[in-house]
Amino acid sequence: MSAPHAVSADKPTFYLTEEHHPENSTMLGFWIYLMSDCLMFAVLFATYAVLGRNYAAGPSPADLFDLNLVAINTAMLLFSSITYGFAMLRMEKGDKAGTLKWLAITGVFGLAFLGIELYEFRHLIHEGATPQRSAFLSAFFTLVGTHGLHVTFGCIWLVTLMVQVSKHGLIEANRRRLMCLSMFWHFLDVVWIGVFSLVYLIGVIG
Amino acid sequence: MSSEPHAPAHESAHNTHHGHSHGHEAAHGTFNSYMTGFILSVILTAIPFWLVMGNVIESKALAVAIVMGLGAVQIVVHMIYFLHMNTKSEGGWTMLALIFTIIIVAIALAGSLWVMHHLNTNMMPMNPEMMKNLP
Repeated sequence: MSAPHAVSADKPTFYLTEEHHPENSTMLGFWIYLMSDCLMFAVLFATYAVLGRNYAAGPSPADLFDLNLVAINTAMLLFSSITYGFAMLRMEKGDKAGTLKWLAITGVFGLAFLGIELYEFRHLIHEGATPQRSAFLSAFFTLVGTHGLHVTFGCIWLVTLMVQVSKHGLIEANRRRLMCLSMFWHFLDVVWIGVFSLVYLIGVIG
Repeated sequence: MSSEPHAPAHESAHNTHHGHSHGHEAAHGTFNSYMTGFILSVILTAIPFWLVMGNVIESKALAVAIVMGLGAVQIVVHMIYFLHMNTKSEGGWTMLALIFTIIIVAIALAGSLWVMHHLNTNMMPMNPEMMKNLP
Protein backbone atom coordinates (compact mmCIF):
# COMPACT_ATOMS: atom_id res chain seq x y z
CA MET A 1 0.00 0.00 0.00
CA SER A 2 2.71 2.48 -0.95
CA ALA A 3 0.55 4.14 -3.59
CA PRO A 4 -0.42 7.20 -1.52
CA HIS A 5 3.23 7.97 -0.74
CA ALA A 6 4.47 7.29 -4.29
CA VAL A 7 2.15 9.78 -5.93
CA SER A 8 2.26 12.45 -3.30
CA ALA A 9 2.18 15.28 -5.85
CA ASP A 10 -1.52 15.01 -6.59
CA LYS A 11 -3.55 13.38 -3.87
CA PRO A 12 -5.19 10.14 -5.02
CA THR A 13 -8.91 10.32 -4.70
CA PHE A 14 -9.27 7.08 -2.76
CA TYR A 15 -7.25 8.58 0.04
CA LEU A 16 -9.75 11.38 0.32
CA THR A 17 -12.72 9.05 0.37
CA GLU A 18 -11.07 7.19 3.23
CA GLU A 19 -11.11 10.41 5.21
CA HIS A 20 -14.88 10.41 5.06
CA HIS A 21 -15.03 6.94 6.61
CA PRO A 22 -12.42 7.07 9.33
CA GLU A 23 -14.43 4.76 11.59
CA ASN A 24 -12.37 1.62 11.78
CA SER A 25 -14.31 -1.58 11.97
CA THR A 26 -12.45 -3.19 14.88
CA MET A 27 -15.27 -2.41 17.27
CA LEU A 28 -17.89 -3.87 14.95
CA GLY A 29 -15.77 -6.97 14.36
CA PHE A 30 -15.24 -7.43 18.07
CA TRP A 31 -18.92 -6.91 18.70
CA ILE A 32 -19.71 -9.69 16.22
CA TYR A 33 -17.22 -11.93 18.03
CA LEU A 34 -19.07 -11.15 21.27
CA MET A 35 -22.35 -12.03 19.60
CA SER A 36 -20.92 -15.41 18.59
CA ASP A 37 -19.82 -15.83 22.20
CA CYS A 38 -23.36 -14.92 23.20
CA LEU A 39 -24.69 -17.76 21.02
CA MET A 40 -22.36 -20.18 22.76
CA PHE A 41 -23.59 -19.04 26.17
CA ALA A 42 -27.18 -19.28 24.90
CA VAL A 43 -26.61 -22.94 24.06
CA LEU A 44 -25.14 -23.56 27.52
CA PHE A 45 -28.11 -21.74 29.12
CA ALA A 46 -30.50 -23.85 27.05
CA THR A 47 -28.65 -27.00 28.14
CA TYR A 48 -28.91 -25.91 31.75
CA ALA A 49 -32.60 -25.07 31.38
CA VAL A 50 -33.25 -28.55 29.95
CA LEU A 51 -31.06 -30.55 32.35
CA GLY A 52 -31.21 -28.34 35.44
CA ARG A 53 -34.04 -30.27 37.11
CA ASN A 54 -32.54 -33.75 36.68
CA TYR A 55 -30.95 -34.29 40.08
CA ALA A 56 -30.55 -38.10 39.81
CA ALA A 57 -31.53 -38.32 43.49
CA GLY A 58 -28.63 -36.00 44.24
CA PRO A 59 -28.56 -32.52 45.76
CA SER A 60 -30.77 -29.76 44.35
CA PRO A 61 -29.83 -26.06 43.99
CA ALA A 62 -31.61 -25.21 47.25
CA ASP A 63 -29.39 -27.74 49.06
CA LEU A 64 -26.17 -26.52 47.50
CA PHE A 65 -26.11 -22.82 46.76
CA ASP A 66 -25.14 -20.22 49.31
CA LEU A 67 -26.86 -17.06 48.06
CA ASN A 68 -24.79 -14.82 50.35
CA LEU A 69 -21.70 -15.97 48.50
CA VAL A 70 -23.39 -15.44 45.13
CA ALA A 71 -24.47 -11.94 46.18
CA ILE A 72 -20.88 -11.05 47.12
CA ASN A 73 -19.69 -12.53 43.83
CA THR A 74 -22.23 -10.49 41.88
CA ALA A 75 -21.10 -7.36 43.70
CA MET A 76 -17.46 -8.10 42.77
CA LEU A 77 -18.33 -8.33 39.08
CA LEU A 78 -20.53 -5.24 39.22
CA PHE A 79 -17.79 -3.23 40.95
CA SER A 80 -15.26 -4.43 38.37
CA SER A 81 -17.58 -3.17 35.63
CA ILE A 82 -17.86 0.32 37.08
CA THR A 83 -14.13 0.54 37.80
CA TYR A 84 -13.40 -0.49 34.22
CA GLY A 85 -15.72 2.33 33.19
CA PHE A 86 -13.65 4.73 35.30
CA ALA A 87 -10.49 3.42 33.61
CA MET A 88 -12.04 4.23 30.23
CA LEU A 89 -12.94 7.74 31.42
CA ARG A 90 -9.33 8.26 32.55
CA MET A 91 -8.17 6.94 29.16
CA GLU A 92 -10.39 9.49 27.39
CA LYS A 93 -8.66 12.20 29.42
CA GLY A 94 -5.27 10.80 28.39
CA ASP A 95 -4.37 10.10 32.02
CA LYS A 96 -2.03 7.10 31.84
CA ALA A 97 -1.44 6.71 35.58
CA GLY A 98 -5.15 7.01 36.34
CA THR A 99 -6.01 4.44 33.67
CA LEU A 100 -3.49 2.00 35.07
CA LYS A 101 -4.75 2.55 38.61
CA TRP A 102 -8.38 1.83 37.71
CA LEU A 103 -7.36 -1.14 35.54
CA ALA A 104 -5.49 -2.57 38.52
CA ILE A 105 -8.55 -2.11 40.74
CA THR A 106 -10.68 -3.82 38.07
CA GLY A 107 -8.21 -6.70 38.02
CA VAL A 108 -8.40 -7.07 41.80
CA PHE A 109 -12.22 -7.29 41.65
CA GLY A 110 -11.96 -9.79 38.78
CA LEU A 111 -9.55 -11.96 40.77
CA ALA A 112 -11.80 -11.69 43.84
CA PHE A 113 -14.70 -12.94 41.73
CA LEU A 114 -12.61 -15.87 40.48
CA GLY A 115 -11.37 -16.64 43.97
CA ILE A 116 -14.91 -16.77 45.38
CA GLU A 117 -16.08 -18.90 42.47
CA LEU A 118 -13.21 -21.36 42.89
CA TYR A 119 -13.93 -21.49 46.63
CA GLU A 120 -17.56 -22.30 45.82
CA PHE A 121 -16.58 -25.02 43.34
CA ARG A 122 -14.14 -26.53 45.81
CA HIS A 123 -16.83 -26.51 48.47
CA LEU A 124 -19.35 -28.19 46.13
CA ILE A 125 -16.88 -30.86 45.03
CA HIS A 126 -15.90 -31.42 48.64
CA GLU A 127 -19.57 -32.12 49.43
CA GLY A 128 -19.71 -34.70 46.64
CA ALA A 129 -21.56 -32.39 44.25
CA THR A 130 -19.14 -33.04 41.40
CA PRO A 131 -19.95 -32.60 37.69
CA GLN A 132 -20.38 -36.38 37.47
CA ARG A 133 -23.06 -36.49 40.17
CA SER A 134 -26.12 -35.51 38.09
CA ALA A 135 -27.17 -33.89 34.82
CA PHE A 136 -27.98 -30.74 36.79
CA LEU A 137 -24.45 -30.52 38.16
CA SER A 138 -22.87 -31.29 34.76
CA ALA A 139 -24.83 -28.44 33.18
CA PHE A 140 -24.11 -26.17 36.17
CA PHE A 141 -20.35 -26.67 36.10
CA THR A 142 -20.24 -26.31 32.31
CA LEU A 143 -22.18 -23.05 32.25
CA VAL A 144 -20.68 -21.36 35.31
CA GLY A 145 -17.23 -22.79 34.57
CA THR A 146 -17.27 -21.42 31.02
CA HIS A 147 -18.17 -18.00 32.37
CA GLY A 148 -15.38 -18.27 34.92
CA LEU A 149 -12.96 -19.28 32.18
CA HIS A 150 -13.94 -16.16 30.23
CA VAL A 151 -13.27 -14.02 33.31
CA THR A 152 -9.90 -15.76 33.70
CA PHE A 153 -8.93 -14.89 30.14
CA GLY A 154 -10.26 -11.37 30.71
CA CYS A 155 -7.90 -11.02 33.69
CA ILE A 156 -4.93 -12.28 31.64
CA TRP A 157 -5.86 -9.83 28.89
CA LEU A 158 -6.16 -7.04 31.47
CA VAL A 159 -2.68 -7.67 32.85
CA THR A 160 -1.29 -7.84 29.30
CA LEU A 161 -2.83 -4.48 28.47
CA MET A 162 -1.56 -2.95 31.71
CA VAL A 163 1.95 -3.95 30.67
CA GLN A 164 1.35 -2.57 27.17
CA VAL A 165 -0.01 0.74 28.49
CA SER A 166 2.80 1.19 30.99
CA LYS A 167 5.36 0.46 28.27
CA HIS A 168 3.94 2.39 25.32
CA GLY A 169 1.46 4.75 26.93
CA LEU A 170 -2.06 5.44 25.69
CA ILE A 171 -1.25 5.15 22.00
CA GLU A 172 -4.03 4.59 19.51
CA ALA A 173 -3.44 0.81 19.36
CA ASN A 174 -3.66 0.54 23.13
CA ARG A 175 -6.82 2.64 23.23
CA ARG A 176 -8.40 0.30 20.68
CA ARG A 177 -7.35 -2.76 22.70
CA LEU A 178 -8.67 -1.24 25.92
CA MET A 179 -12.00 -0.54 24.22
CA CYS A 180 -12.23 -4.15 23.04
CA LEU A 181 -11.50 -5.44 26.53
CA SER A 182 -14.07 -2.98 27.86
CA MET A 183 -16.76 -4.55 25.68
CA PHE A 184 -15.57 -8.05 26.66
CA TRP A 185 -15.62 -7.23 30.36
CA HIS A 186 -19.07 -5.60 30.36
CA PHE A 187 -20.38 -8.44 28.21
CA LEU A 188 -19.26 -10.96 30.83
CA ASP A 189 -21.15 -8.96 33.42
CA VAL A 190 -24.26 -9.21 31.22
CA VAL A 191 -23.84 -12.99 30.99
CA TRP A 192 -23.46 -13.14 34.77
CA ILE A 193 -26.89 -11.48 35.16
CA GLY A 194 -28.32 -14.48 33.30
CA VAL A 195 -26.31 -16.88 35.47
CA PHE A 196 -27.32 -15.49 38.84
CA SER A 197 -30.96 -15.08 37.78
CA LEU A 198 -31.52 -18.40 36.07
CA VAL A 199 -29.10 -20.72 37.86
CA TYR A 200 -28.84 -19.41 41.39
CA LEU A 201 -32.00 -17.44 42.21
CA ILE A 202 -34.53 -19.49 40.26
CA GLY A 203 -32.69 -22.66 41.26
CA VAL A 204 -33.14 -21.81 44.93
CA ILE A 205 -36.79 -20.80 44.43
CA GLY A 206 -37.22 -24.32 43.08
CA MET B 1 -3.74 -6.86 11.88
CA SER B 2 -2.54 -5.92 8.43
CA SER B 3 -3.32 -2.26 9.00
CA GLU B 4 -0.93 -2.01 11.96
CA PRO B 5 2.08 -0.54 10.12
CA HIS B 6 0.00 2.24 8.56
CA ALA B 7 -1.72 3.16 11.74
CA PRO B 8 0.59 5.98 12.91
CA ALA B 9 0.62 7.72 9.53
CA HIS B 10 -3.09 7.36 9.20
CA GLU B 11 -3.72 8.55 12.70
CA SER B 12 -1.63 11.66 12.32
CA ALA B 13 -3.54 12.57 9.19
CA HIS B 14 -6.71 11.72 11.01
CA ASN B 15 -5.84 13.89 13.98
CA THR B 16 -5.07 16.94 11.91
CA HIS B 17 -8.51 16.72 10.42
CA HIS B 18 -10.52 15.97 13.49
CA GLY B 19 -8.38 17.07 16.39
CA HIS B 20 -9.56 14.21 18.52
CA SER B 21 -9.03 10.70 17.24
CA HIS B 22 -12.38 9.52 18.59
CA GLY B 23 -14.44 12.10 16.84
CA HIS B 24 -16.35 9.47 14.91
CA GLU B 25 -16.56 6.78 17.53
CA ALA B 26 -19.83 6.06 19.22
CA ALA B 27 -20.34 8.16 22.30
CA HIS B 28 -18.43 6.86 25.28
CA GLY B 29 -19.91 6.97 28.70
CA THR B 30 -19.54 9.90 31.00
CA PHE B 31 -19.05 9.67 34.75
CA ASN B 32 -22.75 10.36 35.22
CA SER B 33 -23.91 7.73 32.74
CA TYR B 34 -21.64 5.09 34.33
CA MET B 35 -22.90 5.98 37.80
CA THR B 36 -26.53 5.90 36.62
CA GLY B 37 -25.98 2.44 35.14
CA PHE B 38 -24.18 1.27 38.26
CA ILE B 39 -26.87 2.48 40.69
CA LEU B 40 -29.66 1.02 38.55
CA SER B 41 -27.74 -2.29 38.41
CA VAL B 42 -27.28 -2.36 42.17
CA ILE B 43 -31.01 -1.81 42.69
CA LEU B 44 -31.96 -4.35 40.04
CA THR B 45 -29.58 -6.90 41.58
CA ALA B 46 -30.58 -6.23 45.19
CA ILE B 47 -34.33 -6.65 44.61
CA PRO B 48 -34.27 -10.24 43.25
CA PHE B 49 -31.68 -11.36 45.85
CA TRP B 50 -33.82 -9.83 48.59
CA LEU B 51 -36.95 -11.48 47.20
CA VAL B 52 -35.37 -14.93 47.12
CA MET B 53 -33.26 -14.79 50.28
CA GLY B 54 -36.05 -13.31 52.36
CA ASN B 55 -38.76 -15.62 50.95
CA VAL B 56 -40.84 -12.53 50.34
CA ILE B 57 -43.21 -13.98 47.76
CA GLU B 58 -45.31 -17.08 48.39
CA SER B 59 -46.06 -17.95 44.78
CA LYS B 60 -43.06 -19.64 43.13
CA ALA B 61 -44.27 -18.85 39.62
CA LEU B 62 -44.60 -15.16 40.45
CA ALA B 63 -41.15 -15.07 42.08
CA VAL B 64 -39.59 -16.74 39.02
CA ALA B 65 -41.33 -14.28 36.70
CA ILE B 66 -40.14 -11.29 38.74
CA VAL B 67 -36.54 -12.56 38.87
CA MET B 68 -36.54 -13.18 35.11
CA GLY B 69 -38.13 -9.80 34.42
CA LEU B 70 -35.67 -7.85 36.58
CA GLY B 71 -32.79 -9.79 35.00
CA ALA B 72 -33.98 -8.80 31.53
CA VAL B 73 -34.31 -5.16 32.58
CA GLN B 74 -30.81 -5.22 34.09
CA ILE B 75 -29.37 -6.67 30.88
CA VAL B 76 -30.89 -3.75 28.96
CA VAL B 77 -29.48 -1.29 31.53
CA HIS B 78 -26.00 -2.80 31.11
CA MET B 79 -26.31 -2.71 27.34
CA ILE B 80 -27.19 0.99 27.35
CA TYR B 81 -24.98 2.39 30.13
CA PHE B 82 -21.93 0.09 30.05
CA LEU B 83 -21.80 -1.24 26.49
CA HIS B 84 -23.08 2.07 25.04
CA MET B 85 -25.44 0.33 22.67
CA ASN B 86 -27.43 2.63 20.46
CA THR B 87 -28.85 2.55 16.97
CA LYS B 88 -26.19 4.88 15.56
CA SER B 89 -22.87 3.25 16.50
CA GLU B 90 -21.01 1.80 13.48
CA GLY B 91 -23.80 2.94 11.22
CA GLY B 92 -26.35 0.76 12.99
CA TRP B 93 -24.51 -2.50 12.29
CA THR B 94 -23.89 -3.30 15.96
CA MET B 95 -27.60 -2.98 16.65
CA LEU B 96 -28.40 -5.15 13.62
CA ALA B 97 -25.95 -7.83 14.82
CA LEU B 98 -27.49 -7.64 18.30
CA ILE B 99 -31.05 -8.02 17.02
CA PHE B 100 -30.00 -10.95 14.82
CA THR B 101 -28.29 -12.61 17.80
CA ILE B 102 -31.30 -12.05 20.05
CA ILE B 103 -33.54 -13.73 17.47
CA ILE B 104 -31.20 -16.73 17.19
CA VAL B 105 -30.85 -16.93 20.98
CA ALA B 106 -34.63 -16.81 21.40
CA ILE B 107 -35.08 -19.60 18.84
CA ALA B 108 -32.35 -21.72 20.46
CA LEU B 109 -33.69 -21.26 24.01
CA ALA B 110 -37.42 -21.49 23.30
CA GLY B 111 -36.94 -24.28 20.76
CA SER B 112 -34.75 -26.41 23.07
CA LEU B 113 -37.12 -26.01 26.00
CA TRP B 114 -40.19 -26.72 23.87
CA VAL B 115 -38.74 -29.79 22.19
CA MET B 116 -37.24 -31.24 25.37
CA HIS B 117 -40.38 -30.57 27.40
CA HIS B 118 -42.52 -32.46 24.91
CA LEU B 119 -39.94 -35.20 24.64
CA ASN B 120 -40.04 -35.63 28.42
CA THR B 121 -43.81 -35.52 28.80
CA ASN B 122 -44.64 -37.71 25.79
CA MET B 123 -42.06 -40.37 26.47
CA MET B 124 -43.54 -43.79 27.08
CA PRO B 125 -43.13 -44.70 30.73
CA MET B 126 -40.61 -47.46 31.08
CA ASN B 127 -39.90 -49.97 33.80
CA PRO B 128 -36.53 -51.63 34.34
CA GLU B 129 -37.74 -54.79 32.58
CA MET B 130 -38.51 -52.86 29.40
CA MET B 131 -35.20 -51.01 29.73
CA LYS B 132 -33.35 -54.34 29.67
CA ASN B 133 -35.06 -55.40 26.44
CA LEU B 134 -34.14 -52.24 24.58
CA PRO B 135 -32.39 -52.92 21.30
